[in-house]
Amino acid sequence: MRESSYKVLPGPEGYLPPAAATMGVMLPDPGQAIMEGASVDSDVALRAAARKLIEARNPVFFPGPLILWDWKPGVAEKATALKELAEAVGAKMIPMPDYRPKYPMINPAIEVNPNHPNLTIWHNKIDVCLFIGVHCHYANLALKIIRGGTDCYTIAVCAEAGHEDAMISLRDAGLCELQRLRELVIELKGGINQ
Amino acid sequence: MIDQKIVDPDYLLFEAPRTSEYITGSEAVREAIKRANVDMAIAYPITPQSESMHLVGDIYAQGYVKEYFRGENEFAVMSSVAGASMAGVRVFTATGGPGTMRAFEVFPTWAGARLPIVCAFMTRGVNSPLTIQPDTIEMAYLLETGILMLHAENSQDLHDMLLMAFMVAEKTDVHIPVGVFADGFFVTHTRDKVNMLPEDCKLPSYDPYSAPVPVMDMENVPVRQMRDPFVMKSNFISYAAHASWQQEIDAAAERSRKYLNHYLGGLIDVEHEDADIFIATSGTAVSQSREAIAMAREEGINVGLIKIKSIRPFPGEEICALASRAKGIIVPEFNRVGWLAKEICSVIDEPRKVVRGPRVFGGMTMPPELILAEIRRIHQ
Repeated sequence: MRESSYKVLPGPEGYLPPAAATMGVMLPDPGQAIMEGASVDSDVALRAAARKLIEARNPVFFPGPLILWDWKPGVAEKATALKELAEAVGAKMIPMPDYRPKYPMINPAIEVNPNHPNLTIWHNKIDVCLFIGVHCHYANLALKIIRGGTDCYTIAVCAEAGHEDAMISLRDAGLCELQRLRELVIELKGGINQ
Repeated sequence: MIDQKIVDPDYLLFEAPRTSEYITGSEAVREAIKRANVDMAIAYPITPQSESMHLVGDIYAQGYVKEYFRGENEFAVMSSVAGASMAGVRVFTATGGPGTMRAFEVFPTWAGARLPIVCAFMTRGVNSPLTIQPDTIEMAYLLETGILMLHAENSQDLHDMLLMAFMVAEKTDVHIPVGVFADGFFVTHTRDKVNMLPEDCKLPSYDPYSAPVPVMDMENVPVRQMRDPFVMKSNFISYAAHASWQQEIDAAAERSRKYLNHYLGGLIDVEHEDADIFIATSGTAVSQSREAIAMAREEGINVGLIKIKSIRPFPGEEICALASRAKGIIVPEFNRVGWLAKEICSVIDEPRKVVRGPRVFGGMTMPPELILAEIRRIHQ
């Protein structure tokens, strides 16, 4: 797998940063993940994500429609596991129920929108966020805007091929990965289930 | 209709036994679509494409395509195709020349909406004066629409690329339209040997629920794409969202490289890799170039061929690596503007090495001697 020298780091990266894919950052192969633009073993990425979450001042999960709506078998179980993970981390949840542009009516205290995710991050002073259940196009859009305008560290738990514009991105992630992430969070916190 | 079983795309494209038939390019389209498990095809006639979609209509009548109709015009067809794709079905259409121009607004809309539509473009000169003759000028217009562009040399390429196109377009991390281009008449109306796949096999169905955008089946939220369109706003974040959206289409095209490399065996084919002079071209100009190369090599000149199969994404790194060793690169084209030569000049370190021609257009054929003359000139 070709590796890019381009790093996907917390911003603000500037006025209009490039999409990481056009800078040579490639999505991970199955069994791998990407961290800050480089391909790593998925367990390494999970462990790093767990550490980022527990070290955060204000970690927030952004669940999207693919996990908010019980639209196919297995989703309810994933949603339960996500809630348990948030409790273990001590993270807040701000849902992304919809992708339609709503500026300036969005209330950043209660929802996040992919077209202006920076508003939600600034308003809530979020330093680490986790995307899950967001359709890939909209996740990419939001992750790039966040990297461009904020210093928030982004983690994407993706059930498909992953996201180059997240600082940490898993691919093919399902129930097992959420449970594993929760185990790692508890382990890193010293074994106390919060 | 023959009973068809769904098979693995790699089996179908790389392993399944093939049978040879002497057919036209239009018939090659029919045979590909017969095996593509297409849900819907929408047609509007324009020469030299009319025959292809007519033949797709025939296989609809036989049961190989679930839905088929004729639109009011090309703009209506491309818009209807967009609606079908948003609703989550595999959809196919074809057009060419003035039809492409008439529908033009919709092509970037397909890409922007992340729709995995496959369209065959049977290229033709653009009016006026009125012409129906072969010319690849419409490809110059389509270069920055966001669609992926594959250029077939012959009916075999056209047949195989159409099937591959569905598999690449529908990958979650790509999910943008693919145009498969064939030079009108030179391919569409010319009979050639085509190695076809078994008739009782077809590609797996499209799964719209792994798409990177929500399928609009009215039960899967959010059912509408827009509430407050970006165009209604005059503020930085609205512009930033639109800019990032456009960048995401470019990113999707970049992600397609690995899939195209797999299915096409590389974005380029190279013959005589150690050559001093290369001819780099696409479409039927590749066939004329082969003739010229054979003549040149008989004269003892070490000439090689770069057959460019993918125009978008463009194989810049591959061409740059070959160009760095070459004395010159000749780019024969079937259009007036020389869009391919411009593309090559934009990616190599020494654009002065590029001979921007020979070019013929307006339906003219390209004698290999024209290319040979350029080879001799560089060799001296």
